[in-house]
Amino acid sequence: MSKKPQDSLVIAGRSFRSRLLLGTGKFSSSSVMREAVDASGSEIVTVALRRVDLENPQDDMLTALQGGDFLLLPNTSGARDGEEAVRLAKLARASGMDPWIKLEVTPDPRYLLPDPVETLKAAEILIADGFTVLPYINADPILAKKLEDAGCATVMPLGSPIGTNKGLRTRDSIGLIIENSSVPVVADAGLGAPSHAAEAMEMGADAVLVNTAIATAEDPIRMALAFKQGVEAGREAFLAGIPTEGITARASSPLTGFLRK
Amino acid sequence: MSFTEILDRTDISRLVETIAGTSTSQVEAVLGKAEVNFSDFLALLSPAGENYLEEMAEQAQAITLRRFGRVILLYAPLYLSNVCSNSCVYCGFNVTRDVPRITLDIDEILSEAAHLKKWGFGHVLLVSGEAPKVLPVARLREIIQALSLDFPSLSLEIYPLSGPAYAQMAEAGADGLTLYQETYDRQVYASVHPRGKKRDFNWRLEAVERAGDVGFRRIGIGSLLGLNDWRWEGIALALHADYLMKRYWQTQITISFPRLRNIPGDFQPAYPVNDTSLVQLMLALRLFLNDAGFVISTREPASLRDHLIPLCVTQMSAGSRTEPGGYRHPVQEGAQFVVEDQRWPEEVAAAILKSGYEPVWKDWDYVMHEGSEHADHHKRDVQGSV
Repeated sequence: MSKKPQDSLVIAGRSFRSRLLLGTGKFSSSSVMREAVDASGSEIVTVALRRVDLENPQDDMLTALQGGDFLLLPNTSGARDGEEAVRLAKLARASGMDPWIKLEVTPDPRYLLPDPVETLKAAEILIADGFTVLPYINADPILAKKLEDAGCATVMPLGSPIGTNKGLRTRDSIGLIIENSSVPVVADAGLGAPSHAAEAMEMGADAVLVNTAIATAEDPIRMALAFKQGVEAGREAFLAGIPTEGITARASSPLTGFLRK
Repeated sequence: MSFTEILDRTDISRLVETIAGTSTSQVEAVLGKAEVNFSDFLALLSPAGENYLEEMAEQAQAITLRRFGRVILLYAPLYLSNVCSNSCVYCGFNVTRDVPRITLDIDEILSEAAHLKKWGFGHVLLVSGEAPKVLPVARLREIIQALSLDFPSLSLEIYPLSGPAYAQMAEAGADGLTLYQETYDRQVYASVHPRGKKRDFNWRLEAVERAGDVGFRRIGIGSLLGLNDWRWEGIALALHADYLMKRYWQTQITISFPRLRNIPGDFQPAYPVNDTSLVQLMLALRLFLNDAGFVISTREPASLRDHLIPLCVTQMSAGSRTEPGGYRHPVQEGAQFVVEDQRWPEEVAAAILKSGYEPVWKDWDYVMHEGSEHADHHKRDVQGSV
């Protein structure tokens, strides 16, 4: 058997073997969070800037995330408009973090749905300022193209609203984004089970981001591993080429058989 | 339209009478539903609903976990003054009460704040009585500006202000407002607030709207449980929170559940609320309002607070002193209410961890205070290092 070629996720020129991104909120403790991160094999771990104290070397969450083989990706969760998101991003960079930012502009604290207008505005400002921008968006194919044109490193459309565990309710639109995108597409938010993650990967998503489903599971560490396997299975299936589903039964005697007689 | 109009045209007493006849099968029908509407909420709040607390608790826990995760946000009150021109019959700051009246100066406030910062608090609630003479708007501004250098989130629990005054508070760096209506029943309200500016029911009720209009990021409401029938108040709270969440869709709405327990003086609540009723109220509201933050303060004893953590609570105070200056010099005299949970903040945090939840000390950031002194200060840092 020949060795499989390396299948890497490449974002802004940087390669990652894992296609599972992890969020760090909602965990029962920082140590459980870190164990889950390790179990997931994730190489991109996102952290809310509003939750951490960048000026405090003893910050609980940042301390727990030290020494890992992953990129710490700050996010602008809580930002109500583009301007706040830009301020948060600059704060992170000023404190010495990589100039990568997961851009989240979520003006409503209830469903945490992303504001497309402010997200695009902030993305343009941050990209001009040298940031690598990974924007969280609704599954809007036109917005995805505009963000790509603006120079975003990925697009991260939601499957369903954050924390709902409802899965890929935006499946058709995510399909269009995958079809038309030339930057990696990361299915983000609402993935409640490994099967949802596998579904996104089977469709051709480049990666998925998971938080609530792992953080609030009875056993977050085991669930992190389950998502890792779900993502890998979905990716393998996509690469293997999933046979299309049969639409109708085949007639037992061919309808056009007479032509060959 | 202000909430006062909705309140005045809703016959809450009739709703309370109606749900007295709710059947167990009506409650059971609601328990299977994914979305709980207002009439479903009424069934859960009904006397029949009391038989289903375990089922409600399971759902409330699942909803809260999905929305908020396994975390509890910690905050501490900082009492600025116990001077008060009101005469709320249930309150330790009542103008007729013969207690030492203290208003902290800036240095004293900073010294209190230093204790809170040392314990790890990032979220502080500034509290005062109705004291516009000793704490005028300009003074409050100075205090907020001084403290915003040390705390990423500052909320106010002070006498109601005008819209422009709230705008000044936000500009200075305050992001939250907590203002309990105490009771939504105008008659009860008048009877427990016999004197002072607080007699103006509408001025108080509409204060949170004035704050919402100028962009406050967090608004907290509550009924003082014990003043009135808790089911009546629960219905009013549900309507109020629902109204605020729709009108101020960019603002996080929280509900507190302050319960009259040990009160300085001889006041006895007319409608004492027992633990079972408190829990039913919280659970019914959680099933209806999935996204509201729920707050339990140190008015409640440690054991009850610990039991409430996994149900639907999202925020807790810890280590609270309710007399001005109490963090430096703890005394019982001049306190607003008796603190039942006397544990140190780190002990409360340990109890939260033991319950399987993470205590969160910071969930906001200086740079989100638009135009505030502190945001400017940090902005300079940020720009300087680019």
